[in-house]
Amino acid sequence: MVCRCEEVTKSEIEEAIRNGAASIDDVKKATHSAMGYCQGKTCRRLIAQLLAQYYKRPVSDFLPGSIRMPVGPVTIEELAKLTEDR
Amino acid sequence: MGYKPVRPGKVAGRRMQSYDVVIAGGGPAGLSAAIEVAKHGGRPLLIDENIRPGGQLFKQIHKFFGSEEHHAGTRGFQIGEELLAEAKALGVEILLESRVFGISRNGEAAVTRRGESFLVKGKMFILATGACENAISFPGCSLPGVMTAGAAQTFANLYGTIPGRKILMVGSGNVGLIVSYQLMQAGAEVAMIIDAARKVAGYQVHMNKVRRVGVPVKLGYHIKEVVGTDHVEKVILEQVDEKFRPIPGTEEEVEADTVCLAVGLNPRVELAELLKCEMCWSGPLGGCLPSHNEYMETTVDNVLIAGDLSGIEEASTALEEGRQAGITASYKLGLIDKDSFLKETKRVAKSLDKLRSGAFGERRLKAKEAIWESWGEANER
Repeated sequence: MVCRCEEVTKSEIEEAIRNGAASIDDVKKATHSAMGYCQGKTCRRLIAQLLAQYYKRPVSDFLPGSIRMPVGPVTIEELAKLTEDR
Repeated sequence: MGYKPVRPGKVAGRRMQSYDVVIAGGGPAGLSAAIEVAKHGGRPLLIDENIRPGGQLFKQIHKFFGSEEHHAGTRGFQIGEELLAEAKALGVEILLESRVFGISRNGEAAVTRRGESFLVKGKMFILATGACENAISFPGCSLPGVMTAGAAQTFANLYGTIPGRKILMVGSGNVGLIVSYQLMQAGAEVAMIIDAARKVAGYQVHMNKVRRVGVPVKLGYHIKEVVGTDHVEKVILEQVDEKFRPIPGTEEEVEADTVCLAVGLNPRVELAELLKCEMCWSGPLGGCLPSHNEYMETTVDNVLIAGDLSGIEEASTALEEGRQAGITASYKLGLIDKDSFLKETKRVAKSLDKLRSGAFGERRLKAKEAIWESWGEANER
């Protein structure tokens, strides 16, 4: 298991990479890893390591990957309230 | 801690509250940054996701090393209490159980707190978001009983309970050694400490402590698999070569109900990334982190960083870096003149130099200097 939040295994990620995923973002889109509760805090580095291994490039080439708001779990209601506040 | 949190109603509501400095993260770095800003007459807001500020300090029941000015001989939680008392005396506003989940260059931060959300505005941001613990992946790594060393330390030192009876610790760095010892103090048995490297990574003093109580330390091994039906029952170890490739036929079984991972930390860069701070890479300091200079400025105007986010070091360095960020913010806001800025900066720099001396410290200093250089290069672009 690499991504615990979305239950994505190492072999699923490796398969995505073999199928052409070349960045953390590609892997996210292909497998939904790093898109769960913790937003990749646990698995982002592990995915980068798998990419680095496959492409024989340093891990630093793949991190941090794109990060977007919200960086933690937030309900739609909370998000909606924000615009009311303005 | 008796720290009265700011009521969200005061911050939320129709009109967005404005502060001189919004600080994300209330560990040693964030707290000391807030103290400096408040001391210079500024109005900081400190935001922290925990029920009380202090970050990891309140988990650190061991004594610190170094000189007296760096709190040697004082235990981490006592330092935390001192910082809190100082922040309180200065009237620093602290928002607890709150998380900044979005942030933008126009100075607005989106905060969520107990199901409520609101925006706060800051003329400047200081990001002191700390670090995440590294994970490793192996068959069985999602079984209950596998956790990071930090989680185990939280169980033992904050909640007064132990996560298991028989622990296998992965990683012989300071975290692995200290947490092993503390789990034993709390009543657990540490079956073994393993490390894939051939050399113990932590300080000799910590190593001696666990050695004296007879914990076996196995170097050049990693976890092949953790076995169990609904929780950890045993761990299968395997020897690795110098390049960390497993050597077949070297498997060994260890009985344990808990596996703690102390395999390093990485800076929590999300907010810095949202603000598009330019990143750099520092292997010795935890990997990807925002480029910054000695004054804790990032490549984005009005965004400063401090503590583990600017490179994994120690609570004492985080504290000094936070102080520096607070001083820099005060200067940029016009709260202090150039002379006092330089004078105070010099004092902090001297203190940090001391903390970054010695064999371990010098390696960190070199890594820091490389980061400062990367900031210079990024700024020229």
